[in-house]
Amino acid sequence: MSYAFDFSGFGIYAGMLARGTAVTLGLTAVSTVLGGLVGIGGASVAVAGPRWARTVIAAYVELIRNTPFIVQLFFVFFGLPSLGIRIDEVQAAILAMTVNLGAYAIEIVRAGIESISRGQVQAAQALGLHGRQVFRYVVLPQALANVFPSLLSQVLIVMLGSAVVSQISVPDLTYAANFIQSRNFRSFESYVIITVTYLALSIVLRQLLNWLGRGLFAGRMPHRPDEPRGWRLLLAWRGARTITTER
Amino acid sequence: MVEFTLWDIARNLLLAARWTVLLSLIAFVCGSLVGFVLLAMRVSPLPWLRRLVSVYVELFQGTPLLMQLFLAFFGLPLLGVDVSPWTAAIVTLTLYTSAYLVDIWRGCVEAVPRGQWAAGASLGMTFGQQLRYIVWPQAKKIAVAPTVGFLVQVVKSTALTSIIGFTELTKTGTMITNAAFRPFPIYGMVALIYFAMCFPLTWYARALEKRQKVGQRR
Repeated sequence: MSYAFDFSGFGIYAGMLARGTAVTLGLTAVSTVLGGLVGIGGASVAVAGPRWARTVIAAYVELIRNTPFIVQLFFVFFGLPSLGIRIDEVQAAILAMTVNLGAYAIEIVRAGIESISRGQVQAAQALGLHGRQVFRYVVLPQALANVFPSLLSQVLIVMLGSAVVSQISVPDLTYAANFIQSRNFRSFESYVIITVTYLALSIVLRQLLNWLGRGLFAGRMPHRPDEPRGWRLLLAWRGARTITTER
Repeated sequence: MVEFTLWDIARNLLLAARWTVLLSLIAFVCGSLVGFVLLAMRVSPLPWLRRLVSVYVELFQGTPLLMQLFLAFFGLPLLGVDVSPWTAAIVTLTLYTSAYLVDIWRGCVEAVPRGQWAAGASLGMTFGQQLRYIVWPQAKKIAVAPTVGFLVQVVKSTALTSIIGFTELTKTGTMITNAAFRPFPIYGMVALIYFAMCFPLTWYARALEKRQKVGQRR
């Protein structure tokens, strides 16, 4: 092999790398919070809402889960302005990531809600809680604790998928890689550095969120259904694996 | 300037969708072959071999597919291989697919009771024979539904190859948009074509899963 690797001269791009990392993490954080809210709201409608609302939610979830993220992103960024909605590239990225994560989160949270046994609801009702309180204080916390590993995996998938937003010139990590290699023509080295950064991010983020989840749901005995309800989760994301290994 | 009617756009997109289908099929078939080899390694009695596959899976699942594509596209020429977007796309998607499939299938193999391995061993079967004739046929039954479901992810992941210049559905959509300046209907149509390819798979996977659950209850 005649190629000589040269990782020298990348020092001057450290600031750019840091900025790219910050943008990638920022986008992920914002869309995680918003997507999580969409997930909880959508799942509660999908479980207990009126029939027409369930249909709308189901259509939304299926449409998003069966189309590639890059097409969703292009549709939002290039398509919406032609309807008169003006958004910049960062807003488009956040919107597309939120809409994408939201659809998966609805399915995950819904699976969590359905895993709560009727006895829990009946016990809460026996204590005099009304409908919304039952959901807020009894069903939802347990449901989220049950599916937390799947949600975590989905957040990581969205973070890795966000590499695509560089295509609409959001200055994220991938954008930094493209920029650096266009300057110093060391394309392979640039992409190696950025890929390793992504790998480190996903490992650190997984640890961090795991730790956060353990703190958030501490002392809550997760309800484990007898029947493995896994494959639905496995269809589109890796969640079920995490649940079964943690059992 | 060329005028594009909606029908022109739809026809061109449908023609381009053939490449998406072809690339998905190649990625899935090649990925399955590599995945089988990796599976045998992943459940083998040798700890270092298992560790090796775990690292492989972690690498491919912990980095963006887009980066993997770039690395293949810019890295393979360093090894003296002349790469077209075709080659880079196929190599990357094959490895990417295999990393997910081995993970799914490992779960299915581990769902088969350990006693089945031991029974095979007691008949004097080698590890390969136990996997091939005893464990895999049982694991296969539960593996079908999640594997079909994963196919959806394969189809969707081919969209990223547009970025390294492979002219499939998404790339064609971008090219037509650049010529016709009608992003809304074009990307809408692109999305619908992907949906038409993926939704039947999702639906089929769900039906398989349901059938399997009924079987378990019996």
